[in-house]
Amino acid sequence: MSRRAQARVLHVALAGGSLLTVLPLWWMVAASFMPTGEASSFPPRLWPSHVTAEHYASLFGRLDVARYAGNSLLIATATTAISVLLNSMAGYAFAKLQFTGRERIFRWLVAALVIPGQVGMLPLFLLLKQLGLINTYWGAIVPGMASIFGIFMVRQYALSIPDTMLDAARIDGASELRIYWELVLPSCRPILVTLALFTFMGTWNDFLWPLVVLTDGEMYTLPVALANLVGEHVQDTELMMAGAVLTVLPIVLVFVVLQRFYIAGVMSGALKE
Amino acid sequence: MSGSGVARFNPAYALVGPALGLIAAFFFLPVAAAFLLSLTDFDLYALADPANLRLIGARNYVALLRDPLFWVALRNTLYFVVVAGPLSIAVSLAAALLVTPAAVRLKGLFRTLFFLPVVTSLVAVAVVWRYLYHPRFGLLNYALGLIRLGPFDWLGDPQLAMPAIIAMAVWKNFGFNMVIFMAGIQSIPERLYEAASIDGAGAWQQFWRVTVPMLAPTFFFVGVMTLIGNFQLFAEPYVMTQGGPAHSTLSLVLYMYEEGFRWWSLGYAAALAFVLFGLIVAVTLLTRVRGRQARDGAVTVGATP
Repeated sequence: MSRRAQARVLHVALAGGSLLTVLPLWWMVAASFMPTGEASSFPPRLWPSHVTAEHYASLFGRLDVARYAGNSLLIATATTAISVLLNSMAGYAFAKLQFTGRERIFRWLVAALVIPGQVGMLPLFLLLKQLGLINTYWGAIVPGMASIFGIFMVRQYALSIPDTMLDAARIDGASELRIYWELVLPSCRPILVTLALFTFMGTWNDFLWPLVVLTDGEMYTLPVALANLVGEHVQDTELMMAGAVLTVLPIVLVFVVLQRFYIAGVMSGALKE
Repeated sequence: MSGSGVARFNPAYALVGPALGLIAAFFFLPVAAAFLLSLTDFDLYALADPANLRLIGARNYVALLRDPLFWVALRNTLYFVVVAGPLSIAVSLAAALLVTPAAVRLKGLFRTLFFLPVVTSLVAVAVVWRYLYHPRFGLLNYALGLIRLGPFDWLGDPQLAMPAIIAMAVWKNFGFNMVIFMAGIQSIPERLYEAASIDGAGAWQQFWRVTVPMLAPTFFFVGVMTLIGNFQLFAEPYVMTQGGPAHSTLSLVLYMYEEGFRWWSLGYAAALAFVLFGLIVAVTLLTRVRGRQARDGAVTVGATP
């Protein structure tokens, strides 16, 4: 095969693959704009016969989806802000400051990365029940406020901060907290953006923990509300698709705008091992 | 703030303290407590009044071994892990190989499109796929009907429900590993391919003799991450099948959720959680040993192309 023909085959395969990948998402969007009943027609339609926003209207009106979106936004934003702060503090200290047990603690943390979150979930529920945090926003936020993975990411990045820079600031009499805030945070900016993205997306999409800890309908996040909606409106295909679009869309937009940081994070995690 | 009592206090503790304290309180403590919980008969009555709580030793674990549903959930979870893992890694590698060549235009666009399912909410896309799998109106059966196959009752047939969930999971996840493979492929020195083609190796041989061995560390990393993730199968069956039909998609985590948070048998559910934990640790250790062998292999093969 000539180079040209090879390139052509490659592009046809890529186009076919990406069509297949996007098709479910395409259908989700198209069906959400179809008149009631049209998503259950045969042969299936890939485009609405006429575009209607009625399902979005009933989601925002009758089903109060704005409330769930607000819950999701609040929980994801708070978790992200707090965890980026705390993980960056700890990650920097593990990389650059001396303290007793530093290496040992860090080795234990990394080893604990294999422990799946579900293992501690039942006692965590009982603990938060004791603290009165079940069915509160804090209940959803607290377990995500610091993470081993986040500390690990920041530490690997902070290792590359030159010691001379930190020492110069110390000689000028800057306190350690000030060095962290004014020198370390700005120089870790790329990894902090990546960490913030990971955390925000992970929290927004998280399902099992919010399902467990948020017991009242009005506290639900979007994924929990959507799963609940499936139970009640399973016949209402177009409505369900509109709900799915609203759950997916914000995060896809965030990703498309900031994907450079996200992809860089995925790649760096892989290369560091 | 400049009190003499804190003068010798190491500021590193102030930076590490909050995060480590939270991780200790909300991660390590619950994990340790889960083990204790698994040795008790904690149930709805104990939830109401802790005085009803009794230590029962390993009885939960013994009961698990005699519980047919546990074996079903274990079998289903292993089915998912063994089939979905390699399948999604193969798809990821294929996609990465398609996207990386220099001749590809719009590289960024294709990468974004392949990655899109990864960032979507699992619940949302599980809802979407439920309809794609609809026996009468679903897109999939329509497409298969065009080539005179089916119709299949994807989520209603115990033989097909798990394959259907696997197909969805592969679609949802392959983009993530694709990006990692792309990083791995880009780090393979071009001269290895040049040397191989001078030696007369075709594209197929170059793939098996250069690309695959040089990617051994990537395979190892991707394999472990995928394994750990796949053992935690939950949202897909929860949303798409509720573990059915005939328990054919009941996973360990779904069973744990139902025992723990639906029936409030927290002691029993904790034992389930620990079995899952043990499985993940065992398999990870096993993979690590194999990974080390593969890596040593890669070094030798890579050095003599």
